[in-house]
Amino acid sequence: MSRAAVEPRAAPVVVRLSGALRRLFPGAPGELALPAANVAELIEGLEARWPGMRDRLCDSRPAIRRHINVFVEGRRAGLDTPLGPGSEVDIITAVSGG
Amino acid sequence: MSESVVLLVGTKKGAFLLESDPRRDDWTLRGPYCETWPINHLVGDPASGAIYGAGGNEWFGPAVWTSRDLGRTWSHSSDGLAYAPGEEPVKSAWSLAVADGALYAGVEPAGLFRSDDGGVTWRHLEGLRRHPSRPDWQPGGGGLILHHVLPHPDDPQQLWVGISTAGVFHSADGGESWSPRNRGTRCDFLPEELRYPEYGQCVHSLAMAAGRPDRLYQQNHCGMYRSDDGGREWRSIEAGLPSSFGFPAAAHPRDPETVFLLPLNGDIAGRYMPEARAAVWRSRDGGDSWQDLRRGLPQDNAFFGVLRQALATDRLEPAGVYFGTGGGALYASADEGESWRCLAQHLPAILSVETLVVER
Repeated sequence: MSRAAVEPRAAPVVVRLSGALRRLFPGAPGELALPAANVAELIEGLEARWPGMRDRLCDSRPAIRRHINVFVEGRRAGLDTPLGPGSEVDIITAVSGG
Repeated sequence: MSESVVLLVGTKKGAFLLESDPRRDDWTLRGPYCETWPINHLVGDPASGAIYGAGGNEWFGPAVWTSRDLGRTWSHSSDGLAYAPGEEPVKSAWSLAVADGALYAGVEPAGLFRSDDGGVTWRHLEGLRRHPSRPDWQPGGGGLILHHVLPHPDDPQQLWVGISTAGVFHSADGGESWSPRNRGTRCDFLPEELRYPEYGQCVHSLAMAAGRPDRLYQQNHCGMYRSDDGGREWRSIEAGLPSSFGFPAAAHPRDPETVFLLPLNGDIAGRYMPEARAAVWRSRDGGDSWQDLRRGLPQDNAFFGVLRQALATDRLEPAGVYFGTGGGALYASADEGESWRCLAQHLPAILSVETLVVER
């Protein structure tokens, strides 16, 4: 994933963070707006605010972790899924564990 | 100020701490910590009092957790704890070792990382995965894991690692280059003519004798061993034990001749206590002879196992010995194994036990 700065022209999108993720980053809100042109940029924006969050969401392939689901407008997304002005993004933990 | 001994317990569902004064007869338990992540190994740094937990979570991946206030608050990081893009990612942190200001982490799939800032950032010691044997490394039952790191106490350039299933490797240059150290340890799972390869052994546990860094004890999938030359040659010390199979080994904190093992009944026999009667086995002569220690341990229906990192000693006098079971019971001895009591019975599956003595 690119670590380049987010393009200034990207429009804000709305991202909602699951409670399990927020517990790992005290102070992270349930919902916020960030400028991002795609999911990778959005995750870079989260990383800039809460260092370490990218590693919790993505592996080093790089790819979204197998048991993390990112939904854009209700559809499962990947790192290169484009985002538009006002896109709604949900970052949710998938069914897993034991 | 007074001394406290803290038991560091890594479980399948978080880290737990138990604390007592040096009498070790009244313990308080705290936890679970680390957001109930599986914590494969929880260790303490006697110099700083910091506690580090190696873990991996199905959702959020690998990280090393750190507490600098004996468990009150925790942080987590995997900054640098990653292989290059395109490689199979690090799944979980498996083992930790503190030495000379450095913190080492062994991971799955097997590799070794080092932190020089107390677990905040990590760098890959790439030499190990460049070893020509790496394409032949095979995952054991727990995966392809680097599960033991033994830094030399006096020479920061030397360290040993144990990998399942690849064997023991040694570096004399701080992790740049490595050589296998498996001569004399056997592979019963290979045809007879191939049973003593240069590498590929299923090492289960490594322990360094107190004050004698070249004396190493090893519990292997196929036997118990001792080396007196830093692992160049190993000899069997399993005579007198009830089986050749087990997972953990722990050294006495001061006596290099004393070592503790927890043999299980066999690799394809259930992997529980021999005859379902629990015992820790102790040698006072470097493994030449063994004594079973049972007082206070269950002697009926003990169908539990003890994993490779779940047996430890403390540095008090007399030494305490501790082990945790796959069924979540934690046992303690304050008299070098002579007598035992159960400290907790209903924890999650215990993956590791270590100790830390601190001033409070």
